[in-house]
Amino acid sequence: MPLNAGQLIDKVRGSRVWRSVFRSGTGSSTLHRALAIQQNIFLHLFATKVRKRMVRFSATWFLGTLTFGTFLILVITGILLMLYYHPSVPQAYADMKDLQFVVSSGLFLRNLHRWSAQLMVFLVFAHMFKVFYRGAYRTPREFNWVIGVVLLLVTLLLSYTGYLLPWDQLAFWAITVGSNLSSSVPLVGGKIHFLLLGGNQVNANALLRFYVLHCVVLPLAAILFIAVHFWRIRKDGGLYVQQSEPIPKPPPAPESAATAKEGQ
Amino acid sequence: MSDPKDFVAGIDSDQRRSPTRVVFVTRRTSAQVRVTQEDQVQTFPEVLFRAALAIELLTIALVLFSLFFNAPLEGIADPTHTPNPAKAPWYFLGLQELLHYFPPVVAGVLVPTLLIIALVVIPYFNINIEANGLFLKDHARRVRLFYITALGMLAFLLFFHVYVAVGPTVIVTLAMIVASYSTPDSPSRLRRYLALKPLAYWIMTWFLLELIVLTAVGTWFRGPGWSWVPPWRS
Repeated sequence: MPLNAGQLIDKVRGSRVWRSVFRSGTGSSTLHRALAIQQNIFLHLFATKVRKRMVRFSATWFLGTLTFGTFLILVITGILLMLYYHPSVPQAYADMKDLQFVVSSGLFLRNLHRWSAQLMVFLVFAHMFKVFYRGAYRTPREFNWVIGVVLLLVTLLLSYTGYLLPWDQLAFWAITVGSNLSSSVPLVGGKIHFLLLGGNQVNANALLRFYVLHCVVLPLAAILFIAVHFWRIRKDGGLYVQQSEPIPKPPPAPESAATAKEGQ
Repeated sequence: MSDPKDFVAGIDSDQRRSPTRVVFVTRRTSAQVRVTQEDQVQTFPEVLFRAALAIELLTIALVLFSLFFNAPLEGIADPTHTPNPAKAPWYFLGLQELLHYFPPVVAGVLVPTLLIIALVVIPYFNINIEANGLFLKDHARRVRLFYITALGMLAFLLFFHVYVAVGPTVIVTLAMIVASYSTPDSPSRLRRYLALKPLAYWIMTWFLLELIVLTAVGTWFRGPGWSWVPPWRS
């Protein structure tokens, strides 16, 4: 007898292999749902329950979630772009032209990476201001705010290092303008400038350095701090509820729950 | 019963210093803790599915945008040919705009460093966005300080010819003047809103407006030699 989709899913979820991977069990009770979060190495960063009023759109505008979304898009498109890119002069620019005219969907891939990157910088700023205006930075969430500032800097550096990689005029002179600022640091400015670029001006060494920072060092730093950032939300007591917001009425007592539900 | 008290009333949560605590329940107070319990939803599936939906909508929007708008790509990098103006990425154009008025060590090193330090220390300095309205307490002194600060800031900007940054400063100053003449029970909704805003709100809003205006000017209104060129003529 053929199974319908629901039965098939239940059968797969009940199988020995599935049970060995997902230890939280197959039920759909509140306990099982809590375990689905708590027993998963990635999801356990989050709390098992969230205040209902913090799920509303107006509470967060989903800005943190969307920032993470752009980061995911950037990782996926970035890895695909790495398959077609050589961090050398002048091959880097030739690869841009290949992406534009030779590689299937290459132009689309680069567009998606570029626009997502711009949006991520914007969203990080928006997220920061939203958190500030809600007052969500205050005790006991101070340190998560500091991690947020670190993530802002990592995002800016990721965007900035990626800016050089196309090796076109726009990239070259934007990085020249930006890196020249580092030489105006008192005393050690020249040394910092040389360390950043691997030379006295933007050249092939700078391209390689920026490539390594952009594809290895900074993404790893971002992933690490994002994990801590998410985990600290749970550790610091969940998404912040404004003090000025009135606490909604406590849930009805068990005996009146049934009648209350009928009324809705 | 009429012995003098030999205890000190106080609040202490340090278990090692004050291991035993006595709770006095007088007639008018109750031992019941205020109920802070409220409705919660399960992260799985309710919150995770919403997050996934948000990310999917974002992806669709970005995919559509990427299908219709191409990322910029200019000619190959040429160290011998400097474009005029050479611009940094857009999120640094606010700083590049400041570079036009101040020496590099100020606009390129001092300002960003101070900004980062300011952001990091915000939660450690009792900066409270949910505090009372700035002018609701100690009115006369605070109004005086506000006028001194605002005029000082405007004089500073005009002295260095930073006319671009004057606009946001004037807007925030005017809003604060309205706030200083408003009360939380004003009939006007806007004036009620402004009257309740604390100092942290005003400073951050001023910073946000400056950030937007400086970045927008650097992005769209600056042409060769960093001269003023409106976007419709470039």
